[in-house]
Amino acid sequence: MAQTVFAPWTDPAQKPIIEFRNVTKTFGDFTAIHDLSLNIYEREFFALLGPSGCGKTTMMRMLAGFETATSGDIFLSGKDIGHVPPNQRPVNMMFQSYALFPHLSVWDNIAFGLRRESKDKNFIGDRVEEMLRLTRLTKFARRKPHQISGGQRQRVALARSLAKAPKLLLLDEPLGALDRKLREQTQFELMDIQEKTGTTFVIVTHDQEEAMTVASRIAVMDEGNLVQVATPAEIYEAPNSVYVADFIGDVNIIEGRATQPGTKIGIAWAEGQPPILATPAKSVEAGQSLHFAIRPEKVTIDTERPDRPNTFRGKVIDIAYLGNISTYHVELAGGQMIKAQMVNARRLANRHITWEDEVWVGFTDTAGVVLEE
Amino acid sequence: MRRFSWFNTVSLTLGFTFLYLPMVLLVFYSFNESRLVTVWAGFSTKWYGELLRDQAFLDAAWVTVKVAVFSSTLATILGTMAAYVLVRAGRFHGRTLFSGMIYAPLVMPEVITGLALLLLFIGINLDRGVFTIVLAHTTFAMCYVSVVVSSRLTTFDRSLEEAALDLGCSPFEAFRLVTLPIIAPAVISGWLLAFTLSLDDLVIASFTTGPSATTLPIKIFSAVRLGVSPQINALSTIMIAIVTIGVITASILTKRAAVAQKRDEQAAIRAE
Ligand SMILES: Nc1ncnc2c1ncn2[C@@H]1O[C@H](COP(=O)(O)OP(=O)(O)OP(=O)(O)O)[C@@H](O)[C@H]1O
Ligand SMILES: [Mg+2]
Repeated sequence: MAQTVFAPWTDPAQKPIIEFRNVTKTFGDFTAIHDLSLNIYEREFFALLGPSGCGKTTMMRMLAGFETATSGDIFLSGKDIGHVPPNQRPVNMMFQSYALFPHLSVWDNIAFGLRRESKDKNFIGDRVEEMLRLTRLTKFARRKPHQISGGQRQRVALARSLAKAPKLLLLDEPLGALDRKLREQTQFELMDIQEKTGTTFVIVTHDQEEAMTVASRIAVMDEGNLVQVATPAEIYEAPNSVYVADFIGDVNIIEGRATQPGTKIGIAWAEGQPPILATPAKSVEAGQSLHFAIRPEKVTIDTERPDRPNTFRGKVIDIAYLGNISTYHVELAGGQMIKAQMVNARRLANRHITWEDEVWVGFTDTAGVVLEE
Repeated sequence: MRRFSWFNTVSLTLGFTFLYLPMVLLVFYSFNESRLVTVWAGFSTKWYGELLRDQAFLDAAWVTVKVAVFSSTLATILGTMAAYVLVRAGRFHGRTLFSGMIYAPLVMPEVITGLALLLLFIGINLDRGVFTIVLAHTTFAMCYVSVVVSSRLTTFDRSLEEAALDLGCSPFEAFRLVTLPIIAPAVISGWLLAFTLSLDDLVIASFTTGPSATTLPIKIFSAVRLGVSPQINALSTIMIAIVTIGVITASILTKRAAVAQKRDEQAAIRAE
């Protein structure tokens, strides 16, 4: 995909389209955004991820112009937009609450923004029809918002914000109410629109898979702070903290202490057990307390001892069958639980590991991430 | 239908008698042949004819309608603006004082409002007439409008206006294209309220009027002091009829709108 070569954030000569410079936003004595700096580049598909209340919508609202930063500056294409009113920003936002106009039909809702800047009836008509087709709403064009379903309303809101083809599009949980199939289709439509128009997208989502699919970069937020900003692959494979590792995807976290510093270290994690062999990103000191994070799909499970750098004996406590994969919950010595994931290549009847079985889990010395904190 | 117990029947009858007997009597006697109000002398519509020939009454009716239309329209504009600012401006300094001051005239005795306005008009040397009554009615009806409109605005979803701004509207366009159409029913009922208040106001109108402008309530009141005439009964019957027709029309219109909406909904479902 194009995204493998698209990486303007690595190029210091690139000018960001959006720049947050030490932005703080407080509501009364509550700090919603905490001294945050961030660059977003043109044609990016930037995803904001984080738990409820961490400030995602607040960031969007500052970009759209509905909130002003308490301190710090926000630049759009190099211009300070702190005091530009919302209707004069080349930015459109899809609201988390949709905010459809109840007195207007679906058609008129979508045409609303176009009518503000163009008098050309044919142009508006064509554009609205195009948006209706894109969001599969053609049949509902004459209905009022209260006469359509929640998912359809969400699509109207999406179509309305897309219609003006703005330079920057802010989508606050745009696909949450859609079923899986429609959501995937819409994700690809969005990526397609972006390829065609070069619009920059900032999208808020609670769906990590969605962020992984569409985003060029992901920002993981926690209580008004950016914890990590990186490509989906980096976030997944090299999280910079336990918080990020835990937030994105499924992960095993094992606490321990460094035993033999060097490029490969040992992590002592339980009495009388061999240490975990791991490769830290930076050097660590002996005795330092560490977290070892490893994704379940990187842990194998066998009845015979496998030939891998790390092997531990355990007992199967639980098996979660998810169709294409199964997750085995294995109890190691000292009560430490570890999840191992296996692809179900064989049919159900052929699988040989079951509850209470004594098994071996194994992983390589580069499969996991060593996190200090 | 459920049956009423005798107790309910009696209290219902009493209540409605209490409410409507005076009006029924008034309507009844307006068709009385006799000049004497309390003696029935046969059916006649002659008092209605006489009313139409009485230029003074026709003038008063015209003044009343003019005053009601102008003052309720002005009051609606000003009251809506006041409500909008008070609900939307957030917490500005002295907001509580302002909203209190908007509502205070609601509980102010009319005599005092009337007197105060009279003093003002004399003070600024304004000739009293239709214009001063319009001003006076606007002043007190505005409070009612702003109460009705602001109660609607507090439940209005602010993000709708933000969406309009986001799509390129100026704040005024956002108000005109989004807020106003949505709160229109409240604005219209505010107008109707202001209109009826102006139509039947006697006290404030008497204070602020001059010799050139007499409204119907003033006319009726002064006529009654010389004795109740069947003509007055006829006039009152006409006013009752106008109000009744107005109320019925309004409710039919609302019902029609609801029916039409339901029909649209069903049509839309079939289209699927
Ligand atoms: N107008 C406001 N006044 C006071 N506090 C606010 C206001 N708007 C947001 N907040 C607070 O700021 C914090 C961040 O809110 P925000 O809406 O940005 O969260 P979010 O990340 O979008 O959450 P969600 O995923 O639930 O939508 C929350 O704790 C919220 O209560
Ligand atoms: Mg939000």
